[in-house]
Amino acid sequence: MSGTVAVRVPTILRTYTGGESDVAVPIGEGATLADVVAALEAAFPGIAGRVVDDTGQLRRFVNVYVDDDDVRFAAGLQTPTPDGTKVSVIPAVAGG
Amino acid sequence: MTVTLPVATQAPAPSTSGSRADLGPATHLSCRECGAATALGPFYACTECFGPLEVAYDFGAVSRERIEAGPPSIWRYRDLLPVPARVAGIPNTDPGWTRLVRADRLARELGIETLWIKDDSGNPTHSFKDRVVAVALAAARELGFTVLACPSTGNLANAVAAAAARAGIRSFVFVPRDLEQQKIVTTAVYGTALVAVEGTYDDVNRLASELAGEHEDWAFVNVNVRPYYAEGSKTLGYEVSEQLGWRLPRQVVIPVASGAQLVKVDKAFRELTELGLVEGEPPRVFGAQAAGCSPVSAAFKAGHDVVRPVRPSTIAKSLAIGNPADGPYVLDVARRTDGAVEDVTDNEIVEGIRLLARTEGIFAETAGGVTVAVLAKLVREGLLDPGAETVVFNTGDGLKTLDAVSTVVGPVGTIAPTTDAFDALVPEVSAR
Repeated sequence: MSGTVAVRVPTILRTYTGGESDVAVPIGEGATLADVVAALEAAFPGIAGRVVDDTGQLRRFVNVYVDDDDVRFAAGLQTPTPDGTKVSVIPAVAGG
Repeated sequence: MTVTLPVATQAPAPSTSGSRADLGPATHLSCRECGAATALGPFYACTECFGPLEVAYDFGAVSRERIEAGPPSIWRYRDLLPVPARVAGIPNTDPGWTRLVRADRLARELGIETLWIKDDSGNPTHSFKDRVVAVALAAARELGFTVLACPSTGNLANAVAAAAARAGIRSFVFVPRDLEQQKIVTTAVYGTALVAVEGTYDDVNRLASELAGEHEDWAFVNVNVRPYYAEGSKTLGYEVSEQLGWRLPRQVVIPVASGAQLVKVDKAFRELTELGLVEGEPPRVFGAQAAGCSPVSAAFKAGHDVVRPVRPSTIAKSLAIGNPADGPYVLDVARRTDGAVEDVTDNEIVEGIRLLARTEGIFAETAGGVTVAVLAKLVREGLLDPGAETVVFNTGDGLKTLDAVSTVVGPVGTIAPTTDAFDALVPEVSAR
């Protein structure tokens, strides 16, 4: 293990995290957002299927931020997530 | 830094728990992506797929006569909204029933036969946002929320601050720091806790979404009560139809920020048809964006069914949402109705504002300039039928976005207070 990533969990996924709004998951060297999702699934079974669809892509109405950047502006699930990264998962259906 | 926050003048009083909320004809929430049903409550995203939740109804019998006997506000359509039947009697801003203006001079200028402007600058805080906020407030009360809040590009900020003041409840309003000064003043004056955020609207929106997860008694009107809030835009479609004599127009042009307004106006037209209140086919729906923030227009032109977010850069700040929540549904509506989504440059927006003002005496904010300029472009491109009755939506007041035109309009000259000076300035009208 080479570090941890902090994940902000939206209300609708907190049933998986025992009500916790902030969780930390272990990640390895050269980890990406896909690895963070896998680590979340290992810790909280079922949660990954809510964030990614059957084809392994981020769901259409999920916004994921790695630190301050929307991963759609970066490399999506391949966005690097080094030790200490903060990931925020937010429903996209907001605003306007 | 700590600041002293304004407080409500009367204690908030949650009327009931969510399970006993009176939301009128609303029956449940339905996911627009996967169709999963959720009980009515303070929910906005599907627990199965994160898709947006939408209010589903059992309307029962709704008649033109009952609507026409209602108040001159959106509450005449209360039987079609997720609000209690007594809603008009609870303190609110009573928005809606704004004028539908026949725009013959603008029509002639553009080569269109029959054109109307739905002028929503006539609302209490001078934009269509009063409609959605009034519905959100009514639902939020029923769901037991005690605070009203929103992320905003300005018009919503005005509407939330005013509605909360009138209702006597506390409010928090979050805006991008670079918002137009007019919109800052016209929000703060209502005594809300106005918070300027360093970043774009999308950054503000993200902050609001995170705060909504931490403050369960706060109704962020366009976040956690968004399913109810968005329904308020249906009233634009209802009004246009009723004002045309219970008739649907053939084409409508609507500005697109999040896209919710366009999608809900289309929904209103379809509901009226299904309820037998109007006859004929729902109109072709055209969306209007600024070129500096045109993710939906770009997706439409590229034939995509997903919208790739952009970083906005346009004078049309009320439309500057780079990651529009309802973008995919705008694409669906435009394609289903044989419409289109088009965008115009900032220069065209300014010219659109001036054209509407010069021909019809209506001073629109930048979003209205976008809509008029897109209308002109659609006619030029042959995408809009100039022989078919068309309604364009002006959703806000030009007094809120003075900067957009302040450098291109002004006095024709400054003169001494003498007739000679006036004659010298404008010799062609000299009386001597």
